[in-house]
Amino acid sequence: MAQYQLVKCNINGKDVEQIVDVRASLTDMLRNDFRLTSVKKGCEVGECGACTALIDGEAINTCLYLAVWAEGKHIITLEGLMNPDGSISDVQRAFMDETAIQCGFCIPGFILTATEIVNAGVEYTDDELRKLLSGHLCRCTGYQNIFRAVKKTMLRRLGKNAEADAVR
Amino acid sequence: MGIVGSSEVRVDAFDKATGRTKYYDDLAPKEALLVRVKHSTIAHGFVKSIDKTEAEKIPGVVKILTCFDVPDIPFPTAGHPWSMDPHHQDVRDRHLLNRHVRYYGDDVCAVIAENEVAANQAVRAIQVEYEELPFVLDVQEAMQDGAPQLHEKYPNNILNHTTAKAGDYAEAIKEPGLIKVEGWYDTPTVQHSHIENHGCFCQEENGRLVVTSSTQIPHIIRRIVGQALGRPWGDIRVIKPYIGGGFGNKQDALYEPLCAWCCTQVGGRLVKMDCSREETFVSNRVRHAIRIYIISWLHKDGTIAAKKVECFSNQGAYASHGHSIVAKAMGSFNQHYPCPNFEGDAYTVFTNRPVAGAMRGYGMPQASFADESHAEECAAAVGMTPLAYRWQNLMKKGYVDGFSHNELYTDSFRECLEKGMQAIGYEEKLKQYQNQTGPIRRGIGMATFWYNTAVYPISLETSSCRLQLNLDGTVNLQVGETEIGQGADTAYAQMCAEVMGLSDYKKVHVLSCQDTDVTPTGLGAYASRQTFTAGFSIRQTAEMLKKKILDYACELTRQATYNMDILDSNIVRTTDGRVLMSLSELSMTAQYNPVHSEHITAESTYTIRNNAYSFGCTFAEVEVDIPMCKVKLLNIVNVHDCGRLINPALAEAQVHGGMSMGIGYGLSEQLLFDAKTGRPLNNNLLDYKLSTFMDHPDLDAEFVENYEPTSAYGTKALGEPPACSPAPAIRNAIRQATGVGIDRCPITPHVLFAEFTNAGLIRD
Amino acid sequence: MYDMKALYEAYSVEEAVRLRLEHPEAQIIAGGTDVLVQMREGRRAGKELISIQKISSMRGVTIDEQENIRIGSLTTFSHITHDPIIVEKINVLGEAVDMVGGPQIRNAGTIGGNTCNGVTSADSASTLFAWDAIIELTGKNGKRYLPIKDFYIKAGTVDINVAEGEIQTAILIPKASYENTKGCYLKYGMRNAMEIATTGCSVNCRLSADKKTFDRVRIAYGVAGPVPMRAPAAEEFIGGKPITMENIEEFSRKVLENINPRDSWRASKAFRLHIAVEMAKRCLIESVKRCGGDV
Repeated sequence: MAQYQLVKCNINGKDVEQIVDVRASLTDMLRNDFRLTSVKKGCEVGECGACTALIDGEAINTCLYLAVWAEGKHIITLEGLMNPDGSISDVQRAFMDETAIQCGFCIPGFILTATEIVNAGVEYTDDELRKLLSGHLCRCTGYQNIFRAVKKTMLRRLGKNAEADAVR
Repeated sequence: MGIVGSSEVRVDAFDKATGRTKYYDDLAPKEALLVRVKHSTIAHGFVKSIDKTEAEKIPGVVKILTCFDVPDIPFPTAGHPWSMDPHHQDVRDRHLLNRHVRYYGDDVCAVIAENEVAANQAVRAIQVEYEELPFVLDVQEAMQDGAPQLHEKYPNNILNHTTAKAGDYAEAIKEPGLIKVEGWYDTPTVQHSHIENHGCFCQEENGRLVVTSSTQIPHIIRRIVGQALGRPWGDIRVIKPYIGGGFGNKQDALYEPLCAWCCTQVGGRLVKMDCSREETFVSNRVRHAIRIYIISWLHKDGTIAAKKVECFSNQGAYASHGHSIVAKAMGSFNQHYPCPNFEGDAYTVFTNRPVAGAMRGYGMPQASFADESHAEECAAAVGMTPLAYRWQNLMKKGYVDGFSHNELYTDSFRECLEKGMQAIGYEEKLKQYQNQTGPIRRGIGMATFWYNTAVYPISLETSSCRLQLNLDGTVNLQVGETEIGQGADTAYAQMCAEVMGLSDYKKVHVLSCQDTDVTPTGLGAYASRQTFTAGFSIRQTAEMLKKKILDYACELTRQATYNMDILDSNIVRTTDGRVLMSLSELSMTAQYNPVHSEHITAESTYTIRNNAYSFGCTFAEVEVDIPMCKVKLLNIVNVHDCGRLINPALAEAQVHGGMSMGIGYGLSEQLLFDAKTGRPLNNNLLDYKLSTFMDHPDLDAEFVENYEPTSAYGTKALGEPPACSPAPAIRNAIRQATGVGIDRCPITPHVLFAEFTNAGLIRD
Repeated sequence: MYDMKALYEAYSVEEAVRLRLEHPEAQIIAGGTDVLVQMREGRRAGKELISIQKISSMRGVTIDEQENIRIGSLTTFSHITHDPIIVEKINVLGEAVDMVGGPQIRNAGTIGGNTCNGVTSADSASTLFAWDAIIELTGKNGKRYLPIKDFYIKAGTVDINVAEGEIQTAILIPKASYENTKGCYLKYGMRNAMEIATTGCSVNCRLSADKKTFDRVRIAYGVAGPVPMRAPAAEEFIGGKPITMENIEEFSRKVLENINPRDSWRASKAFRLHIAVEMAKRCLIESVKRCGGDV
């Protein structure tokens, strides 16, 4: 017997209501019901990070998160980082400028985790940054340019533009 | 600097940074029926019977197709250009589903269902009865008489055996005083692990099958789907959207034929087939594990008198790309380190493992690991430094290969090595790390590689390009050489804009999505060929389009074509530099001219009949924690001579990715199998150890830009080369640190534990 | 879409207990990072789930009246790592759970789930063993407390009485356990993130006032046996001994008297024994340093 439930939450700044099959993962709900296809499926068991979304500001693998748990939560997907006027976030811009993108499949997840990182307003060491980003696998970039993009954005958010420009 | 040679932002960067880019699964309509495959749970045997009664009762199950239902049409899967020579065609040894199952994970049944849960339940509910046969996983064992036989036509499981010969090896080794160095080198089965799994969907439209697939090779997929289904190739239309990486796995027909056939079995309704990560590891393709035996006979001065190489390539259960991979590997040895007396043997051998196909490097990571591990031992045997041995013996400027007629025009190896040494501080560190003691030691190592761009003269090399001038003076560009993440589209835009005289690479719109109904026929992305091969057709076609534009401009301006050029997207009179009109004005005038309306387009094919060597090296610095059996990579530098860089930032990024893959190959990645059952043990991203963000130091990519004289834009292979030399460089660094030369990769803690125990470095 | 028969959601401990009694076959799901993986791979396919995810009273770290540290079972790994009580009093636990999977998993996975799994490789478990953690279970007849060593019955099985409607509600670290004590956890993995422990080793010590003698040393392992375990022979040997390299070496060799890892494709027994000794040594040296001692 199919079991459905009404979920009320806020997705990308908008309050929404959706009846979901209780068996659905949050990945299923975001991709199928809201067509937020930046949420990618790479392994479905929390090992690749491609399905990451921010739930109440924390990066979560949506594949291992039931859709019904979204009740009352604030959810951000990559689509939500674009402003209504079409402008994009500093993290997104840095990923473009630092050649951090290749096939692009892991990128939505990376940008969201990077957003959580720079929103913390903390100047992390290189090792801490690497650890904070380690829940995403990428096969194209060797992580090098992603690292640079995140580090530069972190420094710029802290007003350290000269240090950011010096990052190679 | 021109448009070519600039680090432009990728043409697809914005969409990828905002999540708009659509991959196959993002395009699939929600109503698609889902196909799930029931895989064999034995490594070798015959399906005796299939009981699908319980599975068919599950609500939502539409149809269950089995190996007893499929047409008896054997087909090939390799993403090679088709050959008109029957002897050079790919081996046709696949069926859509198999009664004779040849590896743990082979395809037995396909469930078509309305939803994922029903499909998965049905796959679990299907009961398959097997007649089990003995199986074999190891190449040498598979070649023995009496070994389990995989394919009737191939005795001792040998798919192919080829030889290479130069001079007289047998005679040369009789010379007194030669120093013999020999070794066995083992490389692992690894998997591409692109983050987007392969998948596809298919529906019938006007009696034709439209397949949308995550593939590198849409035009080849059209041919293979046609072959597999016994349908005219024109019945098939293949669409390739953006894909989430390929690295060679998607240079093969994976599940497109089965998906298309399932579509035909449900009245042409839309069906979608998604590979899970577990299936991607096992039931797609893997890289060949190649075991290589090398004997070198050296003069006291370190020159190579004679060399013998035997390569044994583990093909797994089906032919796929077959022998071409190990053939390329074997062919490298006597070019990388030319010696007058050479004998080579290459065997491709079937075993009951997942099918090996193309993977970044196409035999070269394996060959480089063996050759560069061996070179290190040769240097030690004759008392030379690793560098001196290589200076002396590596392929030199002026070398010409008799077969491909490739020539080394520049002193590439020396330039690459010098740049790498400088970048990492090689000489000082080499000295500093001599004669260490204690539990934690450091070492530095290096390795070189050789790589042949594209597939000429083994196979056809061709590229077609279509350009059309838009009304605003921009140009649409189409080629069949696909964007798979490497950045090809951006390079194409830069190449076209430069030849056309456009003001900006953004004035070129690359139609990234290939559609075999629309895109000019091309072969796809493989063999590090895209920029090199598409460069020829793009340049040729761009020049044609430019000529048409100037001819039309002549009509409008009454100026001689030889006095005009396109500069900065304007028609310019070159004699005095006057701007006569903009490209946009010309295009509008031509299109809406009531007397002579013209939609200005150009299309052409270029058959490439030359090729180019690509070179480079890796320097690696490690710290080895002997009691913990751990290697920490401290520094790594790759240097490449891939000719002129079209887009330096993208080139650098691509090298980073290859280095990362090479580091995994050297230290951690390996697909493991249970010896008792042949079952894969670690076919998931937790247990298969591809490098994470915390497993690398900074990756340093350096270039030596020697303009390649045979190339349309001076460029040559870069996609695969970065993955070739990191593993042996790391191996050689570990050797310097510990004195232990390890002749297999990946060099995991388990391997180090055994090797260090043998060497007396650890005692319990 | 998961192959789930039904989902029951609890918003309070009482409701969870009631659902448990009503659906004894149902599987409890907390953070989801293990149960959903198992459901997907077929092991728990078709099962009913009781979700306790929404019981907010089971989240967070506090100090109770007896000054024990009380960690709500639903506290996620990342919240444990950053909790000020944990950072001050038992930092090593925060460090240990900061090595689970990757950041997103640590934002979702809970310490209760990590222990209720009963697996030997759980990164929190060896530290909880080494610090004599107490498991709090709540059922229809109230609360029950168990030393963690008694909570684990065998691989994959823990002592939760389903007939009593029990769920694990908290993990306690007694004051006597954490006072004046510092520790270190080392995780041996084949890579540096997204990893399951090949072996995990957690050591803590309390030194004499002059920092010259080991007052108390405790050591526990993950993946050295079917469930997490202590190495009492080593602990007994070193208690009361002066801090010397010889004693530390002997301590680390003594672990072999207790641990019993198995051969598996992930690692051989010989390899695990070898690194277990080395890890004991390194963990103890680091623990001494953290206590302000000197080796």
